[in-house]
Amino acid sequence: MFYREAGDFKTSYAADSQTFPIRLDRYGYYTTLAIAFLFVPLVISDYWANALLLPFLIWAIASLGLNILSGYCGQISLGTGGFMAVGAYSSYKLMTAFPDLNLFIVILLSGVITAAVGVLFGLPSLRIKGFYLAVATLAAQFFLVWLFNKVPWFYNYSASGQISVPTRSVFGYEVTGAEANSEAKYLFILVIVVLLAYIARNLTRGRIGRSWMAIRDMDIAAEIIGVNPLLTKLTAFAISSFYIGIAGALFFSVYLGAVEVGEAFGIQKSFLVQFMIIIGGLGSIFGSFIGAAFMVMMPVLLKNIMVGQLGWATDIAAHFELVIIGGLIILFLILEPHGLAQLWRLTKEKLRLWPFPH
Amino acid sequence: MKLSKLALVAAAAITAASPILAGELVFPSLSYRTGPYAANGTPVADGFADYFTLLNERDGGIGGVMTKVIECETGYSTEKGVECYESTKGEGSLVYMPLSTGITYQLIPKVTADDIPMLTTGYGRTSAANGAVFSNVFNFPANYWQGASVAVNHILDQENGDIKGKTIALLYHNSAYGKEPIRTLEALAEKHGFDLTLLPVDHPGQEQKSQWLQIRRERPDYVVMWGWGVMNQVAIQEAANIKFPMDKFIGIWWSGSENDVIPAGAAADGYKALTFHAVGTDFPVFEDIQKYVVDAGKAAGTGENVGTVLYNRGMYGAMLAAEAAKVAQKMHGVAEITPSQMRDGLENLVMNDEIAAAIGFGGFGPNFEVSCANHGGPGLAAVQQWDAANQKWNLITDFMAPDMDVIQPLIDEDSAAYAAENNITPRDCN
Repeated sequence: MFYREAGDFKTSYAADSQTFPIRLDRYGYYTTLAIAFLFVPLVISDYWANALLLPFLIWAIASLGLNILSGYCGQISLGTGGFMAVGAYSSYKLMTAFPDLNLFIVILLSGVITAAVGVLFGLPSLRIKGFYLAVATLAAQFFLVWLFNKVPWFYNYSASGQISVPTRSVFGYEVTGAEANSEAKYLFILVIVVLLAYIARNLTRGRIGRSWMAIRDMDIAAEIIGVNPLLTKLTAFAISSFYIGIAGALFFSVYLGAVEVGEAFGIQKSFLVQFMIIIGGLGSIFGSFIGAAFMVMMPVLLKNIMVGQLGWATDIAAHFELVIIGGLIILFLILEPHGLAQLWRLTKEKLRLWPFPH
Repeated sequence: MKLSKLALVAAAAITAASPILAGELVFPSLSYRTGPYAANGTPVADGFADYFTLLNERDGGIGGVMTKVIECETGYSTEKGVECYESTKGEGSLVYMPLSTGITYQLIPKVTADDIPMLTTGYGRTSAANGAVFSNVFNFPANYWQGASVAVNHILDQENGDIKGKTIALLYHNSAYGKEPIRTLEALAEKHGFDLTLLPVDHPGQEQKSQWLQIRRERPDYVVMWGWGVMNQVAIQEAANIKFPMDKFIGIWWSGSENDVIPAGAAADGYKALTFHAVGTDFPVFEDIQKYVVDAGKAAGTGENVGTVLYNRGMYGAMLAAEAAKVAQKMHGVAEITPSQMRDGLENLVMNDEIAAAIGFGGFGPNFEVSCANHGGPGLAAVQQWDAANQKWNLITDFMAPDMDVIQPLIDEDSAAYAAENNITPRDCN
């Protein structure tokens, strides 16, 4: 009744092809943005920022990146953790080598460096497909982690092999380091997330995105109609790695502040992002966000219910957490193999017809 | 309607900050009873919790104020460690003891910014011993560089003081923890003229075939191990498989618990490890633990860990924290101390025979004094050897002093670098 296209007249091509053609969607989007930018910083606490919102936003960037590669271009990758490590170590080297460089530029350059590395490891995708490509990217994961552990130059020869972030500020507000306010950290990441999501959304419905999807759906057919597989696959790898590199740089510099590569960017991180996009929905921007939210917030929520409210022993709660999350993943995938984004899409379909479904 | 209600409940649960109860001394326990390091994390967490239970049951808390242990499961993961820190710091937490070098590195800047002390007994960042730079971090009674030095001293004793041309292999967990001793061992290698071979083992440490193949091929004279969790058990089993002489295989104090040697059975006999406190249950405090905690059914675990190496270590850490709280109460004249006052207590902590005997810990650990400049203690450590037939550890040396001539310059250098990197002006400690 309220949620419908009818009556929402478009008078220009721009209005006709906008991201949210339905008025209610559009208002919802603007409201979400307004709340995220104006209201949340007023009420945010250290706990909310460091335990929930920062990891959620950072993982959302990583799953946007992987979704571009796997969901839109159909290339399987298990190297996400390794590419995040490239982003993190790039930002560390840039920050320590050029102390006066603006943090936005550091993060951007880290993304660019990761994109270059991603293209390098994406080259085999021209010859090998499917599971074999997954194994090739798995090699990238292990090689990169080994490299950052082995070569002391990457961690500036520190005794422990850890990298620790120096303090940097943006517009006079400290964003990295221990003294940084949660508000500043949150807003800094939020700006980047919104920009990247906007770019991703518009890339995927433009020419490049369509060529990715053509390759995903049937690469031979796409080649016949004139899509260049070399360029398409490599742009997917480059842009995906760019996103993942930015996620890694933020993960290290703003969120954790000190990392060691094996622990922070191990193979389990590659799987985590993979789960996020599968649960959220392959080939969906909204799915990347909701998948990240599910995987980041659900464990904390369960822990707080079981330990905080019910007073269970911490080890039993931790084990149950794994059981429940595993069970939920299986349940969701049985009920809706296309992820939470598809559930949302179906809800919207139903809402359009409501209350007269016939 | 139903959905929004559910969301409300969820939002309430996710914040989950239980109200601060007045009149409690809060000691957070960032423990790990799950994951690849659970076998070693569980007894430490049990010992820590049981000692505070004992204080509550026997003495009515510390200085008349009850203690409360908030446990938070980290699984040895730094991200969960951050979540645990943020969720517990608002509850009046007095001192953090994260039992993980990775989480320690993470928390050093945070605790300093929040003015909460952190005590890392026998782990963490070694150069935090320089209290002038690391105002809120304490790593007494011993740290990794001192451990490395004591291990080399023990080897020197075995070889009658001359190890020129000998080879020592360091088998280490490839993480911040395992890499800690490298710098000291390199300096010591230069001083004593031995060759150092580095053998990293990746997390979690189940795969060590290639490292032991190398040891079998090169036959180093001694193997020193910095391992944790499942890595220890696998290493000792592998050493037994290649028939490496166990008395030339020396672990750091985190590689010397019953969990590590029992799986290898009789083959582990003679394996050595360092320790910075005594082993066994021949101390008066254990009678109280048995009476007030275990027999009363209030033990954190099943009670079967009492007296094991890691249980004792957890209890020892809890005792040091409790003693520091007493010092803080005396210094500031209040019973309900703040984290900042707790920091002062840690900095003025004195352990001597008289104090130790009064709380049933006589002879359990070495004597030491903490000061503004020295947050690290003397670093005395002894060597214990596993007796597989009787299933027990025996101390085979006295508590030995490390070679501070080598270590102190390294500590000064590393802490100065940290201070420069982070714009810290060292405090004036005179």
